[in-house]
Amino acid sequence: MRESTIMKIHYGTALGAVVLVAVHVLFRVTMMNYEDSLAYENVLANYKYIPYAIMLELILVLLSVHGFNGLRVILLELKQGRGYEKAVTYGCIAGMAGLIAYGSRTILMASMGIT
Amino acid sequence: MSETTLAAEQSSTEVSSSKTVTLRIAKFNPEHDSGQQFVDFKVPYERWTTVLDAVLDVKKHLDHSVAVRYSCRQASCGSCGMKINGRPRLACFTKISELNSDVVTVEPMNNYPIVRDLVVKLDKMFANHKKMQPYIIREDSEVTAPTKEFNQTPEQLEEYIQFANCIKCGLCNSACPTMATDTSFLGPQALGQAYRYVADNRDKGKNSRLKIIDESHGIWRCHFAGSCSQVCPKGVDPAMGIQLLRGYLLGFRK
Repeated sequence: MRESTIMKIHYGTALGAVVLVAVHVLFRVTMMNYEDSLAYENVLANYKYIPYAIMLELILVLLSVHGFNGLRVILLELKQGRGYEKAVTYGCIAGMAGLIAYGSRTILMASMGIT
Repeated sequence: MSETTLAAEQSSTEVSSSKTVTLRIAKFNPEHDSGQQFVDFKVPYERWTTVLDAVLDVKKHLDHSVAVRYSCRQASCGSCGMKINGRPRLACFTKISELNSDVVTVEPMNNYPIVRDLVVKLDKMFANHKKMQPYIIREDSEVTAPTKEFNQTPEQLEEYIQFANCIKCGLCNSACPTMATDTSFLGPQALGQAYRYVADNRDKGKNSRLKIIDESHGIWRCHFAGSCSQVCPKGVDPAMGIQLLRGYLLGFRK
């Protein structure tokens, strides 16, 4: 993939994440007081409300893609070399996929009531 | 650290005042030395004395072994780039009196391998410059009949003309924080030159150049610190050129 395409995704995921996290924070502070919103039952209720669970899943994907690409960029600037750069790229893709898989599993289990 | 004094009658600088400055020159020969050492010289100076004049005075009278690269002495050739009091500058374009310091420290530029003392290897910068295809690319030519010349309006010229002032001194690359860690980064000099030709309406090689700079150590590694533009002695703004090039790659500019 060309670097400009990767960077378009990088900027896009950043903007998307800012918007969705803002919506998420607004939900926390407007629906009830902040302390109550962190109570176990209320957190679980978020996952059981499907549109909200989808939003959390989207935040997870956006932040994982953005974060791991950011890490890739930092590591590429830190050290150079064909083998090292390949390892960093594939390592970051694996890390991103792993985090999304683990997070999605959590969201799915919580929304199905498996805790 | 020793301090050597230049007698007034020995100096190439015409002496009409008693002002002197301590010139601290970094000495390092990678073939023999394990590290850089500073040697101090006391040299007289006038209001118009440049750092290059002072270094050449030292070389002529006090230490012939000081290695320095220079040529035109008028900020045109870009040969005498060095770090003067911690900032990359052209030695021939920096007057001692403007530095407002009793000690003037001269070191080789950062981000380049040192050949000796104040001389650095600029091969990589020139290689990156060449990679940018720094010439007009198009099928026809100005000399092909019936075309006599490619006309440009003042506005079209304004798009790129400041970037054509680059003298390849390498100060921008020396000031670049990305180049300090990423040795494969193309650098502000090359990217500025890429913009110079991309923005030239006579040129048809835009796509080819954009492809060259759109790689993992290309244009996207610039953090827009802006130090390249701050140190340019010719008033070129490579940081702006890089942002404008990104506009082409992101589809904001055609």
